[in-house]
Amino acid sequence: MRKLFLLMTVIGVGLIFLARLYYLQIHNTESYNVLEDNAVRKVYDYPKRGYVYDRNGVLLVANQPSYDVMVIPREVEALDTLEFCNLLKITKEDFIKKYNRTYRYSPRLPQVFVSHLAKEDYAVLQEKMRKFDGFYIQKRSLRSYQTSIGANVLGDIAEVNQSTLNKNSYYRSGDLIGNQGVEKTYEKTLRGVKGIKFIQKDRFNKNIGPFKEGTLDTLSQPGKDITITIDASLQEYGELLMKNKRGGIIAIEPSSGEILAMISGPSYNPNLLVGRERSKNFTELYRDSIAKPLFDRSLQAMYPPGSPFKTLNALIALQEGVVTTQERFSCAMGYRYGNRKMGCHAHSSPVNMNLGIAESCNAYFANVYRRIIDKYDKPSIGMDKWSKHIKSFGLGNYLNNDLSVGQPGKVPDSKKYNRDYGKDKWYTTFTISNAIGQGEVLATPIQLANMAAAIGNRGFYYTPHIIKNIQNDTIPSKYTTRKETTIDKRHFEPVIQGMFDVYNKGTAETLQIPGIEICGKTGTAENFAIVDSVKTQLTDHSIFVAFAPKDNPKIAIAVFIENGYFGSRFAGRMASLMIEKHIKGEISRTDMEDWILTHSLENEYAKPHSGEPFKINRETTLQIVDKDDVKLTIEPPIKS
Amino acid sequence: MQRENHRRFKFDWAIILLFLLLVFFGWVNILSASHEGEITSYFDMSQPYGKQGVFIILTIVLIIAILSVEAKFYERFSSIIYLASLLSLVGLFIAGKNVNGATSWYGIGGMTLQPSEFAKFATALAVAKYISDLQTDIKTFKDQLRTLLIIILPAVLILLQNDAGSTIVYAAFFFVFYREGLQHIYLISAILLILVAVLALKYGIVVTGVVLITIALITNFTLRKRKPPILKSLIVIVAGIAIAFGVKFFYTSILKPHQQNRISLWLRLEKDPAKLEQMKKTILYNLNESEKAISSGGPLGKGFLEGTRTTGKFVPEQHTDYIFSTVGEEWGFLGTSIVVILFVMLIVRILYLAESQKTQFSRVYGYAVASILFVHFTINTGMVMGLIPTVGIPLPFFSYGGSGLWGFTILLFIFVKLDSNKINEW
Repeated sequence: MRKLFLLMTVIGVGLIFLARLYYLQIHNTESYNVLEDNAVRKVYDYPKRGYVYDRNGVLLVANQPSYDVMVIPREVEALDTLEFCNLLKITKEDFIKKYNRTYRYSPRLPQVFVSHLAKEDYAVLQEKMRKFDGFYIQKRSLRSYQTSIGANVLGDIAEVNQSTLNKNSYYRSGDLIGNQGVEKTYEKTLRGVKGIKFIQKDRFNKNIGPFKEGTLDTLSQPGKDITITIDASLQEYGELLMKNKRGGIIAIEPSSGEILAMISGPSYNPNLLVGRERSKNFTELYRDSIAKPLFDRSLQAMYPPGSPFKTLNALIALQEGVVTTQERFSCAMGYRYGNRKMGCHAHSSPVNMNLGIAESCNAYFANVYRRIIDKYDKPSIGMDKWSKHIKSFGLGNYLNNDLSVGQPGKVPDSKKYNRDYGKDKWYTTFTISNAIGQGEVLATPIQLANMAAAIGNRGFYYTPHIIKNIQNDTIPSKYTTRKETTIDKRHFEPVIQGMFDVYNKGTAETLQIPGIEICGKTGTAENFAIVDSVKTQLTDHSIFVAFAPKDNPKIAIAVFIENGYFGSRFAGRMASLMIEKHIKGEISRTDMEDWILTHSLENEYAKPHSGEPFKINRETTLQIVDKDDVKLTIEPPIKS
Repeated sequence: MQRENHRRFKFDWAIILLFLLLVFFGWVNILSASHEGEITSYFDMSQPYGKQGVFIILTIVLIIAILSVEAKFYERFSSIIYLASLLSLVGLFIAGKNVNGATSWYGIGGMTLQPSEFAKFATALAVAKYISDLQTDIKTFKDQLRTLLIIILPAVLILLQNDAGSTIVYAAFFFVFYREGLQHIYLISAILLILVAVLALKYGIVVTGVVLITIALITNFTLRKRKPPILKSLIVIVAGIAIAFGVKFFYTSILKPHQQNRISLWLRLEKDPAKLEQMKKTILYNLNESEKAISSGGPLGKGFLEGTRTTGKFVPEQHTDYIFSTVGEEWGFLGTSIVVILFVMLIVRILYLAESQKTQFSRVYGYAVASILFVHFTINTGMVMGLIPTVGIPLPFFSYGGSGLWGFTILLFIFVKLDSNKINEW
């Protein structure tokens, strides 16, 4: 016992130590990762972020240097505070506050003292910087917007947030990342790959040399420039027209699916989101819950599509063979079913398909719609057929494209009505509003523009997209693959003729452009809002969908103006001007342009918030504003 | 002539091999922990690893000298060596040099010498000499007091120089006394004392009392004596509770705050996460960094000179007391377990040889060597891996420092010499 006591103790201690070491070194550790090792400093070399050009080569987004004054608190020596504060344009109290804050955070770490110096301040300060020990100037690269337009298209970059940091190990705290628009969707292309230099540091955070002789270091790869499909001059013109209005405009080139213009009103100057005032400005835009400038109405706003939707019902009816183009239906200021009536406006009766479209007759389309749905024994079968046809035009689902935001819209099918009313306990008349694009149908402006493109192409479309070219790279093939609709090509001509006649003799007669054959369709959609907890009807939305020219269309467009009243009043005029601008390069009808520029809807938008009773539609008067002395800055491309 | 040869090579080569392995591996890790930038020469005297290299070479000379001396010399001169050692400790109060708050060094030219490192082998010799004296009987209280005095003298001198860590090492002699016949009651008391202290601090007086009563009941039943030692049990319980109060009082009123903190951390008394976080940055800093360094090594380590925390000098005192964390980071579990096994093998080998000695002097001395190495090893590595409260003592043969290396070398090789001589003992 005496002889063995120490021996046993020694062996016992040895075993305990081995167990402890096993726990520390094998059980308790994750595999070693140099990026997580806080004994190694990672110095990142940020490459140049790619530029953004429009389809005609106009530079839209570039980079600019920005200068931050950095401080290493404990290296600060006695200095002429007054002079330093004057140079930085801060007060002495500010200086003391900032200094104490950085010192408390860490005396040894370099930290931002004053960010985003103005260029002229930088020039002066740089000369005198050597007098101030512990301070130095650090250069950063920020975005520089070459225009004041396209905020919703271009987007912005912002410091990466915590949830992205958790998900993506590429980013480090403080990195900049695309926040909206193409900056977000093409983040990886634009940013390039940053280089990393590993530096061994000691426990005082001092660098003591390269880690592993720099064998792990990587070089940065510059970001690639991109060309987007937007025509900056058309975009600028559209934004000008959108002034004092809310809504969205999307223009697409039908033969390629390229988005020519993407306007959301109200918008803002993208330069607001750069530099020292960025976070203040962003918060202001973000908090504006009434005008919602950060809400892209051209992509995110789901409206009832209204009358333009009728063209699809006509196409489906022809495809399903339930009507002929010459079949006529009568309209007595509306369509009666049971004891209810869907109203219509005054026009000649009865009407065939051509007139039905040109005059936008509700009764005609109610009849056609009933024939589609009632073709089979049960309305649910007809409803699903109808739904499938509609969805083949890109409605009722996300377009799945390269825009940072989007909405699916809504297209009902039998499941929805079975859910609402019970299985097969509903009839076609329950859903009759779908005939005229109200009811359960919702679409975003980009979906309507795409619908117009598909009609203009006589039965196919390309997914609307914004990327035209990537430096040394190709664009994804899904944007160059044709998507077919379920309607045969031969059925399009009568419908297109009807849309053409909308301009010749129908609801858009006043909007003709000499020399351009436009096919379009007006729309007016009822809408409601909750005002003081009462559902209140507001002035109708003004909608217009068109493509031009009639054969081999160059532009398909959807315009949506909130509370603009009937289709041709705002949306029709604006669509017409946009088409002329795109095809001719200049505007011949300046009176129409002036009308749009001088008529504001701002007081219309203020009404529901005024707290006073208000009138809508016919009983409203438009607010006249002075035409700002605006000049378009971007030259349109020369038209051949 | 033949007999001469025979004697010369009778050294225990296993011990020598283990010693060489430890010293060499120690130097490799000192190199990692102390190099700054490029290594120009392995004997760069401006760098700790260079100095240690020189110390190691001088050690070889020292070993040859120790082994050349007649074995009987150590026994005969043990008292003189002991007295000289005490004198050197006393001399520190006059000519000592203060480093890091402890007055434990003599400054000689550019070098420093730490006499407490040499006092260990001197004390071991004196203890061996006294116990092996025919007239000494360790079972008697009188002789127990005298042997204790031999230990207490250097221990107190060292404590007075503010080197509490080195003082604790003298507790190692308890193992020696126990082997030589110290009554079991001392061992039981010692174990009970530690148990009571830990229980009192961690769970309070009431739990301590309950545990003591339970132990008393269990022993009374298992002993199955006709007359259970009720009175004795009562005394133990009362004394135990009194000690518990004493420990509490000692902890709260006598210990300095930093010592309190070390114990509080060891026993995981501090539960407040904010305060723990604060402690990690202050008093726990060393321990926290060394544990992190060891953990980051993983199974196979980052490789020689590749340890980022070692190269970055994240662990203060890494080439001295915290050298084991370098092993952990650069050589991983493989390296640390090898070091642990080498130490265990060395100590076990010494114990085995000590038991086979023919004279009591050699045996006692061997036991003292094993005990001292064991206590150093346990406290140092236990501390670095967070099992034992922070006590600043070096890892034998491993830590940087000439005095330490030489002190341990002398300690070990006197035994090697004594062992080689057992063939001549009749």
